[in-house]
Amino acid sequence: MTDDALSPLMAQPGAHVRAVSDALHGDLLEISMGPHHPSTHGVFRMTVTLDGETVVRLKPVFGYLHRNHEKLGESNSYLGSMPYTDRLDYLSSMTNNWAYALAVEKLLGQPVPERAEYVRIILAELTRLLNHTCLAGFLLQDGGASGTPLMYAFREREKILDLFESLSGSRMMCNYQRFGGCRTDPTPAWLGAARVLADGYGRFLEEYEQLLTGNEILMARTQGVGPLSAALAVSAGVSGPMLRACGVGYDIRKVDAYGLYPRFDFRVPIGADGDTYDRYMVRILEMRESIKILQQALRDIPAGPILDPKAKQRGHRPKPGEAYGRIEGPKGEIGFFLVSDGGASPYRYRVRPPSLINLTILEDMCLGQTIADAVVILGSVDIVLGEVDR
Amino acid sequence: MSAAAHTDSFLERAPLLARDFITGRLPEPARWTANTLITIALLLAAFGLLFAFLTLAERKILGRVQNRPGPNRTGWFGLLQPFADGVKMLTKEDLVPRASDQVLHYLAPVALLSLSIITFAVIPYGRHMVPVDLDAGVLYFFAAGSATELSIFMAGWASHNKYALLAAMRALAQLISYELPLLLSVVPVVLAAGTLSTSGIVDAQHGWAWGVVPRWNVFTPWGAAGFAIFFVSSLAESNRSPFDLPEAESELIAGHLTEYSGFKYALFFMAEYFGMCALSGMGVTLFLGGWRSPLAALEFIPSYGWFTLKLLALLGCFIWIRATLPRLRIDQLTRLAWKFLVPLALVNLGMAAFWALSAGWAGPLQLARWAVALAIVAVPFLLLGRRLSRGVAPRTYRYA
Amino acid sequence: MLGIGLLQGLAVTARNFLGSFHGRSRYVTTEYPEERTQLPEAYRNFPFLVTESPEDPMGTLRCVACQICEKECPPQCIYIVKSRDKKPDATGKMQLYPAVFDIDTAVCMSCQICVEVCPFDAIKMDQVFEIAATDRFSGLLLNRNTLAKPNSYFHSLHPTDAAEVDGRLAAARKAAEEKARAAAAAKAAAAAKPQTPAAQSAQAPKPSPPAA
Repeated sequence: MTDDALSPLMAQPGAHVRAVSDALHGDLLEISMGPHHPSTHGVFRMTVTLDGETVVRLKPVFGYLHRNHEKLGESNSYLGSMPYTDRLDYLSSMTNNWAYALAVEKLLGQPVPERAEYVRIILAELTRLLNHTCLAGFLLQDGGASGTPLMYAFREREKILDLFESLSGSRMMCNYQRFGGCRTDPTPAWLGAARVLADGYGRFLEEYEQLLTGNEILMARTQGVGPLSAALAVSAGVSGPMLRACGVGYDIRKVDAYGLYPRFDFRVPIGADGDTYDRYMVRILEMRESIKILQQALRDIPAGPILDPKAKQRGHRPKPGEAYGRIEGPKGEIGFFLVSDGGASPYRYRVRPPSLINLTILEDMCLGQTIADAVVILGSVDIVLGEVDR
Repeated sequence: MSAAAHTDSFLERAPLLARDFITGRLPEPARWTANTLITIALLLAAFGLLFAFLTLAERKILGRVQNRPGPNRTGWFGLLQPFADGVKMLTKEDLVPRASDQVLHYLAPVALLSLSIITFAVIPYGRHMVPVDLDAGVLYFFAAGSATELSIFMAGWASHNKYALLAAMRALAQLISYELPLLLSVVPVVLAAGTLSTSGIVDAQHGWAWGVVPRWNVFTPWGAAGFAIFFVSSLAESNRSPFDLPEAESELIAGHLTEYSGFKYALFFMAEYFGMCALSGMGVTLFLGGWRSPLAALEFIPSYGWFTLKLLALLGCFIWIRATLPRLRIDQLTRLAWKFLVPLALVNLGMAAFWALSAGWAGPLQLARWAVALAIVAVPFLLLGRRLSRGVAPRTYRYA
Repeated sequence: MLGIGLLQGLAVTARNFLGSFHGRSRYVTTEYPEERTQLPEAYRNFPFLVTESPEDPMGTLRCVACQICEKECPPQCIYIVKSRDKKPDATGKMQLYPAVFDIDTAVCMSCQICVEVCPFDAIKMDQVFEIAATDRFSGLLLNRNTLAKPNSYFHSLHPTDAAEVDGRLAAARKAAEEKARAAAAAKAAAAAKPQTPAAQSAQAPKPSPPAA
């Protein structure tokens, strides 16, 4: 891209950028940050052009973790693709599983029993807690707090991971949802442990917020940094907390009303400026709402089958057609588009990765900011390379 | 070190007696040399060991803050960890870029370390334990300390690396910016004590006010504010969190240390820790009463014991702050120094002058003295703080 | 006031520092390998084949080489070769058995689909994770000898599951026995009834052929 052809979005207010390269102004410095990154976001590279300390151009380069997920989906059976969906956004395997199961259930016309829907909601909200806690820790780590918020976040995360391990057998690669419900039935002991966790999580958030939210240094590092306008976010297809931080109240749990979400009483927090602090705070507030949903779901979960008795276990051959199943994952709208030709594997298997789509406007957010801010902005976008690269 | 008075306790006199025992065996002309050599050896040994165990203490304290043990595999409780790290550093390959300035590349860590070490000479470690009792000890300390900044630039320049040079210049900007508040916060102390000599300053902090509160400088309004400014500035001067941008991990490169490896890298860190110890030692001397005991009843603990305790407490605060706070960006850092700390330090100086002039006020006027003094510094603090954090405040959020 | 947030943060870290000295809530490290966390029953890592008796593992494998797990395994890490002969299974029915049953644990992702789809409760999830080998191709490739573990081992790992499986198999065995007994009783009843001469001669022992 030449200087003249720089995005017209640069004319936005706030992007004071001088992209000149001449004898008077000197050379611009082009730096490649990554793929080996101290800011732990996976194998991701940013080619940044700097004018002094200011970012003039930024090109994200990824693909280092591409594992052919979508092509493999065309040769695996429908059941066989389920463990691979765990590995997309590897921090939120339960929600990836659910989105895929939703798409296949649409193709099959498969109903899901009520208890399974409750369990899915419980696990999805636990995953949201997991993911947002992780993000808060990593954002502070990028901001330079030598590990303390990260360790507190991971200490709480361990409790949720232990719950996942005792339910599905694995902490991260759960492979738990099936077409027509869930794989195993949570025991009353598990539900009791989940209740204890949901009730105790609020106290952890209080302590965490005392450490972080009023912290002047954090506020100085994140407020006004990386602003994103609502118009740009909507036109770029951004979803999830990043979109809501810009002031757009779009939450798929409310819009699509999938699962049994309409039964639960929760609010959707919205930011105003779309800067890094808003993105961080929206996630903290969402965690509080998730705790509310968890408490309601754990209180009201009915008895019943966990898997539709008439559901096939393996060898699914949906009738030819297509379906798009999407849910509000912790990072945004995660969707699976499946085209079936009647065979044992889908004809086309496409993942809508929220991290990748949220990443496309990284340059617009970082223009005019310093390089230290670029690192913090990347942290606030909340990407997982497994999902970006698939 | 001077001779001990016979009224001191045995513990107090013990190190001096030991030294006298050794120098007594030597003929008269050699005694001064022997005395100096013993002092140097002791200082290097003591602060070398302190550095080693400070790195371990930092990792253990950071670990405990983060709900984990810290190093505990190398030896009991990880006590051999610093030595393992030393061996690691010594056995690493020492790479020197061919295009670099070889002499400066070698000289930078050496100069940095030696200039950091010579600042230890004027700190009074005990009642009779000042290595060199200079009349202008404070001046000497800060002069030597400022000279270390040149070595940072030497390191960046000698690396012949564009990025390292830029980072070195940024580090230098940070260090120079914070020299001013550091020195300005010390001037009231000199004003009150009437001397630049470090032992004189400790002597001036004798006695107890109202029988209980020791007359340390930190318990006066100007001393408290001065100590706060001194503490923040010494955090910045030793490149510690939240001012550790020059050596930040999430930055592009390791700053001015990019081209250093092996033992020279270790020397840079040794110098940073020595700087931290020296500044803490000076802070203890200037504000916390040096080797003085806070309570008369506790004076059985020898003076060097009290100095060590206070020094360790200050170092613990350094580590505590590192464990908690994220990093400031370079422009925020320099803005804090120039637009917040320097004005406050100047105001503090004015307040110290008021305090010294109103020393005669007695009775109920004491309250007025305190109120005026606190107001003189509190009002600019609030106003400047508000201006500094304009546009930065907690927010409330609405819901869809 | 500037600095209040920082002081609150310092209070939180101080609380954690002091709290790490008493109680495990603020000191969450498990010093592996001296201490080990208790793994939950559902924990899964690599499969194993269940055998009924530890004395004759190869002879009492529950696996009948139906190859469903091989087909359903997403990374295709199972390799099965059917035997040529049959042997009786737990209910007495003659079944094939696997002559070769290899799992490449370097490929296996412990997704547990093989366990789910097995109709014979023959393959179950193990909980081993300390199986590092120095050679990828022979050290991590498990064959049926190394994969076969007795039912008692299954009980020790997954007591609830094993009890349920045993109950189901016992019930199936009992049902098979009932059926066999009923069939034998029906046969005996048919034998006790008076018979036609044709049937009688059919039942009479045939004369042996002349010696060659």
